[in-house]
Amino acid sequence: MSQVVVESPQQLAGRHRKGRAFEWACLLATSLGVLVLVVLLVGVCVQAWGWLDGDFVSNYDSRHPREAGILAGIWGSFWLIGMTALFSVPIGVGAAVYLEEYAGQNWLTRLIQVNLANLAGVPSIVYGILGLTVFVRMFGAFPDGKVVLVSLGVATLKVPIPFGRTVLSGALTLTLLILPVVIVAAQEALRAVPGSIRNASVALGASRWQTIRLQVLPAAAPGILTGIILALSRAIGETAPLVMIGALTYVAFTPGGIESPVDVVRDPQGVVDAPFDTFTALPIQIFNWVSRPKAEYQHVAAAGILVLLIVLLILNGTAILIRHKYRKGIRW
Amino acid sequence: MTASERGIGASHASGTLTGRVTLSRLREQAIKGLFFCCALLSIGTTVGIIYVLVTEAVIGVGDSKAFFQEVSLVEFFTETRWTPQFADKHFGVLPLLTGTLMIAGIAACIGLPVGLASAIYLSEYASPRVRNLVKPVLEVLAGIPTVVYGYFALVFVTPHVLRPIFQDGLGFDVGVFNAASAGIVVGIMIIPMVSSLSEDALRSVPSGLREAAYALGSTKFDVCLRVVLPAAFSGVIASFLLAIARAVGETMAVTIAAGQTPDLTLNPFRSVESMTAFIVNVSLGDTAVGSIVYKSLYAVALTLFLITLAMNIVSQAVLRRFREVYQ
Repeated sequence: MSQVVVESPQQLAGRHRKGRAFEWACLLATSLGVLVLVVLLVGVCVQAWGWLDGDFVSNYDSRHPREAGILAGIWGSFWLIGMTALFSVPIGVGAAVYLEEYAGQNWLTRLIQVNLANLAGVPSIVYGILGLTVFVRMFGAFPDGKVVLVSLGVATLKVPIPFGRTVLSGALTLTLLILPVVIVAAQEALRAVPGSIRNASVALGASRWQTIRLQVLPAAAPGILTGIILALSRAIGETAPLVMIGALTYVAFTPGGIESPVDVVRDPQGVVDAPFDTFTALPIQIFNWVSRPKAEYQHVAAAGILVLLIVLLILNGTAILIRHKYRKGIRW
Repeated sequence: MTASERGIGASHASGTLTGRVTLSRLREQAIKGLFFCCALLSIGTTVGIIYVLVTEAVIGVGDSKAFFQEVSLVEFFTETRWTPQFADKHFGVLPLLTGTLMIAGIAACIGLPVGLASAIYLSEYASPRVRNLVKPVLEVLAGIPTVVYGYFALVFVTPHVLRPIFQDGLGFDVGVFNAASAGIVVGIMIIPMVSSLSEDALRSVPSGLREAAYALGSTKFDVCLRVVLPAAFSGVIASFLLAIARAVGETMAVTIAAGQTPDLTLNPFRSVESMTAFIVNVSLGDTAVGSIVYKSLYAVALTLFLITLAMNIVSQAVLRRFREVYQ
């Protein structure tokens, strides 16, 4: 042992002990997340045991816990998310294409980018207030309210002005809420497409839009799709903005009266009416059940949560599958 | 990286070769314009949010008076009672603000250290196998809807964790609805966010720094806490701020678990009402448009918006100003 070493073996051992304790503490913190997830899932399953059955997914809500079901919530969420996808996908991808493929480095581009980052941090309930004022009430500019009729041949579109507490208002609100997420995800996917692909396409005489449509977008599609599905699965769980815009809590009908997939084909008027109908959604029903004092409703809520989690699982599973399938076809 | 840097430059798009306006060139311009409008919508959303909040809360449009034209700012920030729905109306936001901050504080006490510790573990200690196992779990945790966390707080945390420890063990009176259970679940909710953002910051610290510290005789503990963590400081702080902003704006879990009693209290075992919970509770009832209660929604939402916006901006500023740049 030379003289420059001022640390005794005991001190060194102490430092190592401290290090090991720290590692264990970090490991403990990491496993806490896993533990909570397990407790949560097991807890929900235990509570829902015997309550989640065929009747539960085919019944409407009820004052009797045993008869309460989630049919209205399932169809409400279906229309809501379907329409949210309809709005947010073209707008989100379009904005991302502009920012990545067209925009120059100027103050406006920078402003849009900074703005996107800030929008992603705005609490969802604030979007609810925005949706309530702009879509549901339209600033109170139409105090009498009217209905615009548009004939589509097989059915008639009945658009209420202002939109009121309809699926449409909810979908537009959720669209604004998830747009920043969709745009950022699509931007990342576009950025991952190598520039050489674009150069090759342009060199062969393709215009910029042809390059984007035929080369860049197909190459970025798996990434964009994954981002969209993740954003939509966030939208499915969103409760606060829907409560704000006035999704109903006790509902015994489905939007447009469509109760099964067969109705979608059989009843064109119902399909056309659905977006302008009042609605409830999966998380709203869960919230409603959780808030009821009767203890049995905690089991109903657990069954509802299980349905919601299964839907989320299916969506996320699809995202992973799509990513896998597409990835095989692309090589550069 | 912009489009022009990647190679398809301005010469192609602007058509300097010929000045002819052809149909296809018009179409190219129209498509670009359409996409530009999509991008502008995000600016429109921000303008919309600010316009809506300001016109109902600060400056009325037309005949309608805004909230702060009827209730003074002084009353809003100094009055200690919040009773807009009672006959005897008081508009002091302090009970809502303390409720919100207490829940966010409890959440921060749980979420920030646990999130940071798991970030350190995942970045510095974990084998790739463990990382690949834990990261998806954290992603699932982040993807669970907040209403589920509210249920978890009400049905599990309060009766099976808080009551046995604090009521039976220490003699506190733990209410069915309480700030502590809300704070705990919000804390759990922000763990994945802190963990993944901090981990990114820790991993971007170059390994040369770690090796240099080892060469000087550091243990792994010293490397983590004295070298890597300070080097990633800006990213970690930014993740903390984002997580706290998220906790402040969290709505459903807090509404379900903390209840709706706007009392000015610091007792975490009593029911409180957060700003977000107030907004939800009012909109669940029947409130006449244009009434003072209705306008108070916008005043509270504006306060909430400004708080979270400030935290987001500070977090971005921290990232820009204090980032350590390594080659």
